[in-house]
Amino acid sequence: MALILFFAAAALTLFASFGVVATRNIVHAALFLLAALAGVAGLFVLLYAEFLALVQLLIYGGAIIIVILFALMLTRTGEYQGETETKRRPFAALAAALLFGLMTAVFVADAGQFNTNVRQPVPFGTLARDLFETWAVPFEIASLVLLVALIGAVVIGRAGREEDETLPEDDGPDDAQEPVRRGSRRRAERRRRGA
Amino acid sequence: MGITARDLFLIAPELALTVGATVVVLSGLVSRQRQLTLVLALLGLAVTFAFAIALWDNVHANGAQSAFNDSLIVDKFALYIKFLVAGTAALVLIASSEYAERFRPYGSEFTGLVLFSAAGLMLLAAAADLITIYVSLELATLPVVALAAFVRTRIAPIEAGVKYLLLSAVSSAFLLYGFAFLYGASGTMQVVGGSSGAPTIAQALGEGSPDVPFGGLAIMAGAILATAGFGFKLSMVPFQMWTPDVYEGAPTPVGAFLATASKAAAFAVVLRLFYEALGGSSADWSTLFAALAAITMTIGNLVAIVQSNVKRLLGYSAIAHAGYLLIGVAAVTAHGQETQDAAGISSVLFYLAGYAAMTLAAFFAVIVLTQRSGDERIEAMAGMGKRAPLAALALAVALLGLTGIPPTVGFMGKLFLFNAAVNSGLVWLAVVGAVNSVVSAYYYVGIIRTMYLREPAGDASPVAAAFSGRLTLWITVAAILVLGFWPGGLLEVARTAASGLVS
Repeated sequence: MALILFFAAAALTLFASFGVVATRNIVHAALFLLAALAGVAGLFVLLYAEFLALVQLLIYGGAIIIVILFALMLTRTGEYQGETETKRRPFAALAAALLFGLMTAVFVADAGQFNTNVRQPVPFGTLARDLFETWAVPFEIASLVLLVALIGAVVIGRAGREEDETLPEDDGPDDAQEPVRRGSRRRAERRRRGA
Repeated sequence: MGITARDLFLIAPELALTVGATVVVLSGLVSRQRQLTLVLALLGLAVTFAFAIALWDNVHANGAQSAFNDSLIVDKFALYIKFLVAGTAALVLIASSEYAERFRPYGSEFTGLVLFSAAGLMLLAAAADLITIYVSLELATLPVVALAAFVRTRIAPIEAGVKYLLLSAVSSAFLLYGFAFLYGASGTMQVVGGSSGAPTIAQALGEGSPDVPFGGLAIMAGAILATAGFGFKLSMVPFQMWTPDVYEGAPTPVGAFLATASKAAAFAVVLRLFYEALGGSSADWSTLFAALAAITMTIGNLVAIVQSNVKRLLGYSAIAHAGYLLIGVAAVTAHGQETQDAAGISSVLFYLAGYAAMTLAAFFAVIVLTQRSGDERIEAMAGMGKRAPLAALALAVALLGLTGIPPTVGFMGKLFLFNAAVNSGLVWLAVVGAVNSVVSAYYYVGIIRTMYLREPAGDASPVAAAFSGRLTLWITVAAILVLGFWPGGLLEVARTAASGLVS
């Protein structure tokens, strides 16, 4: 039974991961990623790590995918459909194959070295004590990281908004701004047509 | 278990800095006075410094101590880096007080983010387990992303910020993958042992099998992935691509901070991780780092020759110097002979301090020289010897130091590094380093020649420097020359700090 579930979860993860890199539509890629993350959550359940599985679903499957989709929505991805870079695919495939080879070699050769034989459910109490007592310092540093991210995001976001008006139009040969301009022009056209 | 007053004392420098950073950010809500922000920030750094000195005394008397269930280790090695980071942050903030005018109305956030990043770097130097190393690294990196993109009116800073964000995310992924392998192979996160008696990675791994490099494939994979992850932070070839773009695009003070404080803490953690956790296989990683050192300095120096932008050139110079510093890392090899290990580590520590002084002087001079025109081309430096005598002199001294010409600290630092390499049997590496120094003279001296021998093309009026700018230039130039003439004191401190890691 566990074996069947394992193969199902592993197949889902593999298939969806392949989908993430193979599809040319970036929104589809995000949805494939959701499926891949759910598959990994299934693997966690099979490893008796139900808390990790829960976190995987809630944070990765929930929050992070939603953030990705929101980011895609807000950055007008419609204009970029099918524009994923494909020329470097062979190099990416080669790098991935090398990494896969390395992993396989490590796992096959050193399987005995990994201390994963102990399968032991971890109660939430132990987890809480680990998180807030043993690893109190990393936990607090992580909260500082979030604070810094907030401050940084606010400063960059607000500075951009206030200075938008004062941004000089001819700010050098900005190729980077080209797609945005094209996009807004296209949108303006669409609006004119009443679409 | 539980948190004691002793734990809080041991983390006091970082706590003071974090409180200082928060106060600085909050002060922006009350007053947007540039001077108030600077005074608060310097106050926070002074308290940090005072606590670090108290801890140095304490460690001197009682030996290294671990805090918070062995998450942090307070030894002289960590404290040395903390002094360096705090001093660098203070100088960068003073030097940028005039520059920060263009960050209005977000000057206090700018200062606060610098302080948060400094706190992250200090924690990084003291981190004793893989998880603390990772989160400290993120705390040190994330503020710099925001700082790099701080000026939103031009496209280059935004590009710099985005590049730094993406590449640090990728490097974090490498690092975490490597850490996962190390944890999987050893079953522990502990890099440095502590009071709880939990086994460290080195103890768990034991001697390993002698046939496989690093004593096991899993450890080798972990070490290689971690090297790649840290390689980004160190601007080590082949992970150096972001460096010139970010140095050029980011505000100049941010480049200065990134080139000095960030690099110092990154080297500290590399030394700690490889020496303490993977010490059993030192011969293997010495070879790895020796090869990386040779490639890094050669590529950095060769590409620097063709640069026409001063900040970009400093970026390539930073890559080259990462190479020189890696010589010291490679020299930390003779396992079992602790005097040689300590010599390698102390040469890196000494060079980090000297390099910080030289690079800060160069960046501060560039701040002054480009303050009015904003022109960062090397050609625009023509005639600066007359137009801005102090800044030009500082830049000249800094560049001579970076070349390694006596009597600057750069000469002494390179001497110690090459000496450590020769003592560890890496004579070829010392030769490569010396040849590279000669190559680097070409472009460093080129700037000096432009400043003093060429007439200014257009505007020939004097370039005035604010008091804060002059102050930081004097301090850094004095440091370069004083440490060049009398390196003994700092070297002694660096040796003591290194022995903290060895014993």
